[in-house]
Amino acid sequence: MSDKPKLAFYWCAACGGCEESVVDLAEDILFVVDNVDIIFWPVGMDFKRADVEKYQDGEITVSLINGAIRSSEQLEMANLLRRKSKVMIAYGACAQLGGIPGLANEFRLEQILKYVYEEAPSVVNEMKTRPMLKYKENGFEPHLPQLWETVRLLDKVIDVDYYLPGCPPSSKLLKEAVVALLRGNMPPKGTVLAPDIALCDECPRKDSKPVDLAFEEFKRPHLNIIDAEKCILSQGFICMGPATRSGCGGLCIEGNMPCTGCYGPTSRVKDQSAKILSSISSNIAAKEEKDINKVLNGIPDPVGTFYRYSLAKSLLGRKLNI
Amino acid sequence: MLNEQNLEHNTSKEWQPKIVAFFCNWCTYTAADLAGVSRIKHAPNIRVIRVMCSGRVDPQFILDSFAKGADGVLIGGCHPGDCHYQEGNYKCLRRFELLRRVVESFGIDADRLRLEWISASEGDRVRLVVNDMASKVKALGPLAFPKKQIEWAQEMFIEEEEFAGKEVEYV
Repeated sequence: MSDKPKLAFYWCAACGGCEESVVDLAEDILFVVDNVDIIFWPVGMDFKRADVEKYQDGEITVSLINGAIRSSEQLEMANLLRRKSKVMIAYGACAQLGGIPGLANEFRLEQILKYVYEEAPSVVNEMKTRPMLKYKENGFEPHLPQLWETVRLLDKVIDVDYYLPGCPPSSKLLKEAVVALLRGNMPPKGTVLAPDIALCDECPRKDSKPVDLAFEEFKRPHLNIIDAEKCILSQGFICMGPATRSGCGGLCIEGNMPCTGCYGPTSRVKDQSAKILSSISSNIAAKEEKDINKVLNGIPDPVGTFYRYSLAKSLLGRKLNI
Repeated sequence: MLNEQNLEHNTSKEWQPKIVAFFCNWCTYTAADLAGVSRIKHAPNIRVIRVMCSGRVDPQFILDSFAKGADGVLIGGCHPGDCHYQEGNYKCLRRFELLRRVVESFGIDADRLRLEWISASEGDRVRLVVNDMASKVKALGPLAFPKKQIEWAQEMFIEEEEFAGKEVEYV
């Protein structure tokens, strides 16, 4: 084994998009492979858990874990990699904020399992079979990990050194982080490795944002055509840009779609959703309760809209009465 | 016969709701002050936080109050048209209407979050509002969010222990 720095990737409750973003490094991945040894990457390479276990504690230079934590197995792997690694990076929105899997905190585990295994329109399951945690056969007892009621962020279960935000993080941010790590000039622990300013600041349509916004109605992207030149928020579409960290380069805006907030809040904000809903609602034109509510009906699912990536990270974190 | 001391003794034993009250400096806080000076008695369940304007009440304050153990949150501002800063109470109203929807989606009962316009001269209205809210929240019972957080966290530790003993089987 060479004495190059060792790099490990792992995924928990995630879609696999974060792994894609590693592949998206394109030819830059050659630079990464030249300078580090990838010693664990279940999606991309054939290493097993036992390969990780044989390293000394702290021998792995950096581990990047993407995905939220929802099962006993994910907790166990996170603990293992934490023990073996010098630096732990929460990679992507799910590990940092809960991400899309975090929206499951609006439901009970039983509701989700029932839907997935019994009620979903594409499911035929007359026996109502569900995966069992344990099963005995021929003297063997295989078991599956226990799913939890609550989806958690990576830093709720292990100590995390840095965060790479995004759904997925841009290849540029990943490359910058790897270079900074190799050079040994990392910022203080706990830093989110992206610019600490709102997306509006680097938005290509910044100049067309009016000084005063006064919403008469809210529009939804699948029902209306978005003007490709003007500030998307000023057109009445919910754009999370004002409350979202920059660093993505305005990818969605370039594609003429509003920002959905995947880079999370800036460091001054505790609850991204509370901030954007505060900003957007206070700019409604109406002054009467009835009229305000008529405008607000244009946002049929406020939690899904504003907490799309940050429900698990939010101040409340989970629905209470489930 | 119930004398006042007796009553206090009885009530101190049972659960009392904690209500965080954000009162605007120019109207509702002054009204609460007036209520005090006029020796108006009201339920002792509110913890008043003076803000310069109801428009200063960041939704984060409200969510944080619930997250840290408040059973209810009351916001008091100037009547529409009377805001010291022209528009602050309108901004507060719009935020409140949206936040109320969010808070309800989180499973927090609508009666736990309340917005009231109380002008500087309406000392008695402070009493009416506070008493009414205190009794409604009391009927709902504790929200006990910090306690629930601890309960939710239990599942992590149970599984960790259970699986720790079986580590060998994975290899």
